[in-house]
Amino acid sequence: MDTDQLIRSLAADNSHRARPVGFVLMLALLAAAPVSVAMFFAELGVRPDVMTAMRNPFFDLKFAVTLALAISAIAVSLHLSRPEASLRGFGWMLLVPAGLLVAGISGEMMTPQRLPMMTRLMGRNSMVCLTAIPAMSLPLLAAALFGLRHGAPTRPAVAGAIAGLVSAGLAATLYASHCSDDSPLFVATWYTIATALVAAIGALAGSRMLRF
Amino acid sequence: MREREDEWTGLMRSAISGDSAAYHRLLKSVTPVLRAAARRGLARAGQPADQSEDIVQDILLAVHLKRHTWDANAPFAPWLFAIARNKLIDALRRRGRRVFVNIDDFAETIPSEPAAETVPASEVAAQLQALPARQRDVLQSIAVDSASIKDTAAKFAMSEGAVRVALHRGLASLTAKLREQ
Repeated sequence: MDTDQLIRSLAADNSHRARPVGFVLMLALLAAAPVSVAMFFAELGVRPDVMTAMRNPFFDLKFAVTLALAISAIAVSLHLSRPEASLRGFGWMLLVPAGLLVAGISGEMMTPQRLPMMTRLMGRNSMVCLTAIPAMSLPLLAAALFGLRHGAPTRPAVAGAIAGLVSAGLAATLYASHCSDDSPLFVATWYTIATALVAAIGALAGSRMLRF
Repeated sequence: MREREDEWTGLMRSAISGDSAAYHRLLKSVTPVLRAAARRGLARAGQPADQSEDIVQDILLAVHLKRHTWDANAPFAPWLFAIARNKLIDALRRRGRRVFVNIDDFAETIPSEPAAETVPASEVAAQLQALPARQRDVLQSIAVDSASIKDTAAKFAMSEGAVRVALHRGLASLTAKLREQ
């Protein structure tokens, strides 16, 4: 088939309209979310003292951080699904959850605490945190990668890592309602390690799956 | 240069709003530029230029299947060249080269450069044979016999909708097969 013939067939297919990447990404995440939620209720569940915990601003801060991560990562991943896009001008969005954490840590430093700093940082659930967040991320990561495949990311590893941040942010939101460690120091340490792990898996998978 | 790129943007906007003739003109207009850039990239990587037409067809298919990622408020050329660059790097890598493609390969073209098709492409044609019969027949009818969707529908006793679906699926699976090879 010569190039003129190929062009003719492409022009004949002009009426075909693909769905926007954002639509496909949202649909995929919505389809995968029940799987992660089911994992959450089967293995962890919401912590029993959630009603009193909600009055603790540091408990609430966990959700602000994880949701900020998920939302900013979704925005960045949609941006990166365009071939000519770079992180410039959009990468700063990922600093929002980090900024919230820093603000939380400073807030905690300025208020008197019962437990010493290292005890708060180590917490009691670090191992659960390190396994639960990546495990609940996996279905969401697969969905995010599926959604981004519909786009045209020219930096597939970076886009895959951001897909990892999307899924880790959502999974950590679930996990935060189970975990009884509310110190921002705990979140900054263990949630971050778990998130980095998922981002690395995402980068690895993305560098294969997101090439087009 | 600037003028031509503005013209591309205008043609692509018309194409998106359903003007197939504008789309055809756009693809015809970008092809010599892509071809020249593919040749330059191959030359830079020390590869013979005879694969350039395969790369051009690969780029055109990607442009077609990913055109929903173009933002109609942005200029068309940077989007096109990003796709082209990606495909060229991919093609060279597949041939066992770690390469750096110069952005300038796509930034300008010398108008006098001969950019007509010389060595014909072979990869798309080869993958065409591996498609399901229906998709292959429809693609061949439209591309090679230059039949319209309507005539193709009559020829194979299909509905026009079914021809459209087979055409799109055929193009999508061609692209998938090219990626896997």
